[in-house]
Amino acid sequence: MSGRVQGPVLILGATSDMARAIARDFAARGCDIQLAAREPERLEADRADLVTRYGVGVTLHAVDALDVDSHAGFVAGLPALPRVAVSAIGLMGEQAENAADMTRAATILRANFEGPASLMGVLANAMEARGSGTLVGISSVAGERGRASNYVYGSAKAGFTAYLSGLRNRLAKKGVHVVTVLPGFVATRMTEGMDLPARLVAQPEEVGAAVLAAVEKGRDVIYVRPVWRLIMAIIRALPERVFKKTSI
Amino acid sequence: MTRLAGWGRFRPVEARVARMRSEADVAVALAAGGPVIARGNGRAYGDSAVSPGVTLDMRGMDRMLAFDPATGVLVAEAGVLLSEIIACLLPRGWFPSVTPGTRYVTLGGAIAADVHGKNHHVDGGFGAFVDWVEVMGPDGRVTRAEAGSDLFSWTVGGMGLTGVILRAAIRLRRVETGWICQETRATAGLDEAIDVFEGAMDAPYSVAWIDCVTEGPHLGRSLVMLGRHAGVGDLPAARRRDPFGVPRKRRLTVPLDLPGLALNRWTVGAFNAAYYRLGARKPGPALVPWDSYFYPLDAIGDWNRIYGRRGFVQFQCVLPEDSARRGLHRLVEVIAASGQGSFLSVLKRFGPQDSRFAFPRAGYTLALDFPAHDGSLDLMQTLDRITLEHGGRFYLAKDARMPRAVLEAADDRVAAFRAMRAATGAAGRFVSLQSERLGL
Repeated sequence: MSGRVQGPVLILGATSDMARAIARDFAARGCDIQLAAREPERLEADRADLVTRYGVGVTLHAVDALDVDSHAGFVAGLPALPRVAVSAIGLMGEQAENAADMTRAATILRANFEGPASLMGVLANAMEARGSGTLVGISSVAGERGRASNYVYGSAKAGFTAYLSGLRNRLAKKGVHVVTVLPGFVATRMTEGMDLPARLVAQPEEVGAAVLAAVEKGRDVIYVRPVWRLIMAIIRALPERVFKKTSI
Repeated sequence: MTRLAGWGRFRPVEARVARMRSEADVAVALAAGGPVIARGNGRAYGDSAVSPGVTLDMRGMDRMLAFDPATGVLVAEAGVLLSEIIACLLPRGWFPSVTPGTRYVTLGGAIAADVHGKNHHVDGGFGAFVDWVEVMGPDGRVTRAEAGSDLFSWTVGGMGLTGVILRAAIRLRRVETGWICQETRATAGLDEAIDVFEGAMDAPYSVAWIDCVTEGPHLGRSLVMLGRHAGVGDLPAARRRDPFGVPRKRRLTVPLDLPGLALNRWTVGAFNAAYYRLGARKPGPALVPWDSYFYPLDAIGDWNRIYGRRGFVQFQCVLPEDSARRGLHRLVEVIAASGQGSFLSVLKRFGPQDSRFAFPRAGYTLALDFPAHDGSLDLMQTLDRITLEHGGRFYLAKDARMPRAVLEAADDRVAAFRAMRAATGAAGRFVSLQSERLGL
């Protein structure tokens, strides 16, 4: 799809900082917005904000990424099948805990891969049947190569990236477009307190603008700050016998 | 830990900063028990919004909650920027009733500092257009303080020291266009500038750029800029179909800290002379877009970096009506003689205002920047003394270095403010480096 974006736009994981920024950018284009999160009552102020700023229609919906059985019902229950659906669902946890506690690790894997993949899958099938739509998955550069510092989260994101790639391939001739977003570091609740190099850290507003542009231009895979394309190309190119001794 | 300072980038410190996204986040931060202070967009010049404990970054609470087009009342969270309010509501015909010289301030910060604009002589400060504020007190309880209540009148101008401002309702002003009818009057000296202000008390907006470099007979020569919101009829026919549209400006950014020597008495002197001549050459009426009129410096991103690594300090005082003329002469004489006059010197007439702790009062306010170094800090002590001799007081949103004794001598409201802080339990809980320095 290219050209002017149409709503409604569904935002999954709508309480996150990136989700808030993305919702604003689409609402600024005049799109109605469907905000979905585990606790939709926490989104009341965001609904008021979108209505006050942009005069669009906003609905709130409960969705639990981990409750896969509920996903078909969730999508069927939306007031309208969205034109654009964005998954901003994600959970990083503490790598040390994720490495030590397999129950914890399984939750991270499910929250970042199984849950978002299931929701995107249900939406993909409905959009395929309609013959139009755009799916946007917020994945992560952490999925490009497993690193000691966050491989549990990273491997789940790797799975999600591959899933999005497969969906894109499957739906390329069916009128449904799939965008994979690899944001790099973003100043959000998830990264608060981490010591990150300022030049590599995007603001959530940059992610919002990048996602909107990618949807409008029909881009496939985007990094938010272009420097990340280079960084990840280098990280992917390192031979394993070198890479395994690094601490990136 | 983050390196944190005010807009002047003077004496940064390592600080703990926590982003607030909801009322619940603020409650959690307060429940930890240590000292906190709310920070908006960091446009206070000094240490008003840096806490020795945890600095609460309120920009995550930036939601507009309701707008009533019948009354112009906007309800919003404290972290929303005036720039966002303007972007959203100017196209619908509304503008902030009071705005400071930058639109990149938060609603909460504007209330806490009771910021003023070019219309203070007619309309008063920002607080005059606030219907209520919701404040989280030291016990985590949220109170909606209506205008006129005790908590409200301490909070407006209270520098965040009564509690954390969470939300507020403000009244906007109806405007027909995004344009200002501006009239510039060049004056040969300070007395004439004051005469122009006194003769223009009914102009909706007035402000002067004042030359604080030139000595002698033209001491304090000024460009007094008067303004009013343009009506549709003031616009050329071609603009009437889109009265809120103004030309888009390219936003420049200062990419790095300039070396400290970039601003010296010769470059600043040359700038002042050129600026004055430019204004004096084409005085009279003009139609100006809202952003160039109210926010000329907003066009230059990170302009604070031109002062270099050591940062800068700003001096702003207000002198009462009866002593203003004498006091301003003394201040400008001393500044010009020091050779440290800055190129951002502003003179403004204030109208009457009677408040618990806010800065404005009837008289004249003078504001100017100095690059931070020993010489300018010494000069500011002299300016403090002259201000005290003329019964003036100081703007805490600009202050980064005033000694406690100077504040106490300038402001007989300090004791009552301290007593309020002790009685409400705010003392020790809502603490900035500034409130520690000034013993508030």
